[in-house]
Amino acid sequence: MTTNILISELRKNQPRFRGLESGHRACLGCGEALIARLVTEAAGPDVMVANATGCLEIFTTPWPESAWRVPWVHSLFENTGAVAAGMEAALKAQGKSTKVLAFGGDGGTFDIGFQALSGMLERGHNVLYVCFDNEAYMNTGIQRSSSTPHAAMTTTSPPGKMRMGKRHLKKDIVSIVAAHHIPYAATSSVAYPSDIRKKVRRAMAIEGPTFLQVHSPCPLGWGYEGDQSIAVARLAVQTGLFPIIELERGELASVMPLREVLPVSDYLRTQQRFRHLFVDDLRAREELEHIQALADHNIEIYNLRGVGLDAFDSEGMDTVRRGGGRWA
Amino acid sequence: MLEALEGSQAVAKAVALCRPQVIAAYPITPQTHIVENISKLVADGKLQCEFISVESEFSAASVVLGAALAGSRAYTASASQGILLMGEVLFNIAGMRVPIVMTCANRAVSSPLSIWNDQQDSMAVRDAGWIQLYCSDNQEAVDSTIQAFRIAERSELPVMVCMDGFTLTHTMEGIEIPTQQQVDAFLPPYKFSRSLVPNNPISLGTLVSPEFFSEARYSHHKALLNAEAEIVSADRDWAALTGRRCGGLLSVEGPEQSKVAILTIGSVLGTLREALRELPSGQPVKLISLRSFRPFPVDALKVACKGLDDVIVLERAFSPGSGGIVGLEVLGALSELANPPRVHNFAAGLGGRDIPLEILPKLLAVLSDPGDGRFRVIDVDLSKLPVEDR
Repeated sequence: MTTNILISELRKNQPRFRGLESGHRACLGCGEALIARLVTEAAGPDVMVANATGCLEIFTTPWPESAWRVPWVHSLFENTGAVAAGMEAALKAQGKSTKVLAFGGDGGTFDIGFQALSGMLERGHNVLYVCFDNEAYMNTGIQRSSSTPHAAMTTTSPPGKMRMGKRHLKKDIVSIVAAHHIPYAATSSVAYPSDIRKKVRRAMAIEGPTFLQVHSPCPLGWGYEGDQSIAVARLAVQTGLFPIIELERGELASVMPLREVLPVSDYLRTQQRFRHLFVDDLRAREELEHIQALADHNIEIYNLRGVGLDAFDSEGMDTVRRGGGRWA
Repeated sequence: MLEALEGSQAVAKAVALCRPQVIAAYPITPQTHIVENISKLVADGKLQCEFISVESEFSAASVVLGAALAGSRAYTASASQGILLMGEVLFNIAGMRVPIVMTCANRAVSSPLSIWNDQQDSMAVRDAGWIQLYCSDNQEAVDSTIQAFRIAERSELPVMVCMDGFTLTHTMEGIEIPTQQQVDAFLPPYKFSRSLVPNNPISLGTLVSPEFFSEARYSHHKALLNAEAEIVSADRDWAALTGRRCGGLLSVEGPEQSKVAILTIGSVLGTLREALRELPSGQPVKLISLRSFRPFPVDALKVACKGLDDVIVLERAFSPGSGGIVGLEVLGALSELANPPRVHNFAAGLGGRDIPLEILPKLLAVLSDPGDGRFRVIDVDLSKLPVEDR
């Protein structure tokens, strides 16, 4: 038996709230689009969003269209923390409990919007700030940011006779944020959807500033096929290059354990932005060693080595009971 | 009842009477006294609002933007470098057509560094798309601040109330502070047509393609032109309520038969009024005080200047490499008249240089010796400059 049902009716009957609808213009395999959907799904409809300039802003709202089902505002690149703070102050003055979310890329968070973010954290605004970390200025055409990992190639950190990609280290933003002694700061990765949802729910329940840095692979900027996003993002975690951690009031509260640590070359080899490290060249070998040392350092300081099976996660893991080694 | 109040203190009281829900500010001379007074009112429980001491003027403007969008009446104040640091946000607020009121305690812009008064700061952001009202005394600063909230909220445009730093902000005057009942009768509670609410989600500040951009800019321009009516009606209704008016778009005083007018903007009006009273020759001179610089009141100005032979524009800022800012706009507006008056343009009082009563004969001297008719900076002592700069 078939039943005719209106699309609008079907949407109303959706079991899950969707804050970001399909039809937006993100690239195939975009990490940000998936993260935004997961974050708003977990946060629910009683929110409003301040969004920094960047890919997420551009691909979701080409006038007169919008893919958002939550109240959403884009003001500028570098003021998202402050706009969110103003929204929160207004809601507080009106006695409303709607939660304010702030969305920014790594450029809008680590670099140009850093001051406004710091001010928002210091003043204790009840805002969940989500950083979509794709490790470069992708919207303007892949320029290096302070989040770009060491040795990565971007259009402003190209390798050449005198350079091996980006000369500087990736900024440790989550530690800097946590140093504001906010109640909760965490990292997550699009490769672990239930981890994202769990952390968003956790942050939503906290009255005060919270911060979530989500590793967001970019097929175009990193140089890999769009269907590999989750695999690439997962390798960043499994090699120790992107530790998944939680910090409460500045103190390390938990980490996602790595049951089987993979060598960094497994991750780097998947992406064109590191291809200059895989040539027969002494400098390339040195850089690979350097990056391995950075991963080893992460594993050491956060004590990432776990035991047993590797963490396995997929969408719905937190709501559907499955067997196997499950983290969290 | 008149109260002896410092300009900043009076403005703080006026702001409080408007029941703002969110105020964000960053300290900068000569604006600081305003937000200091407001924070005291908050601390004493005389004003219920979220007072946010932000980490920069850039964030002050951004916080009030977020607050207004989330449905609260919002206010900020700044000056000089702070106004310029806000610059990007000021354009953004206006382009989004968000009603916000800001006081600009006019001050010179570095470099060279000067904490003293001129109007280079607000003039530098004249194209941001804000309404700009200039005050000639502190009573006007109080009344214009209250009117500004109504103008902003009715026209869905931000309003910058400009008052000369120190000359007004730090000067004690006898001021009539309106009652709460008067302000409540004049200013209904804040309501913004495009507030963010979860049960009716909208997206604001989206990307606009060339296909729509010209229309967006045109509608912004029209909104500012249409705001003239709101500025006039706010002043008229305020006068009906309190008996005081601020001059609407501009005010004219002086003998009807005058063939000469001096056009000013801001607090120098009082100096010229005083100087004219003491003028021995008794030459009839009108004084035109431009209150609304944006929207620029072309029609009102044409009416005010009709039949005049000479208009002397005196301003407290200029555009290096070009000349007077107000002067050029006055010249443009009056060129539409059948027999336009000659426009003479001077800048004075830069970076806190005093404008004494003796300025009047210097201005009027231009009538007998118009020179090359170009813009001039009054009171430049060339002996202070190296020879090649003279």
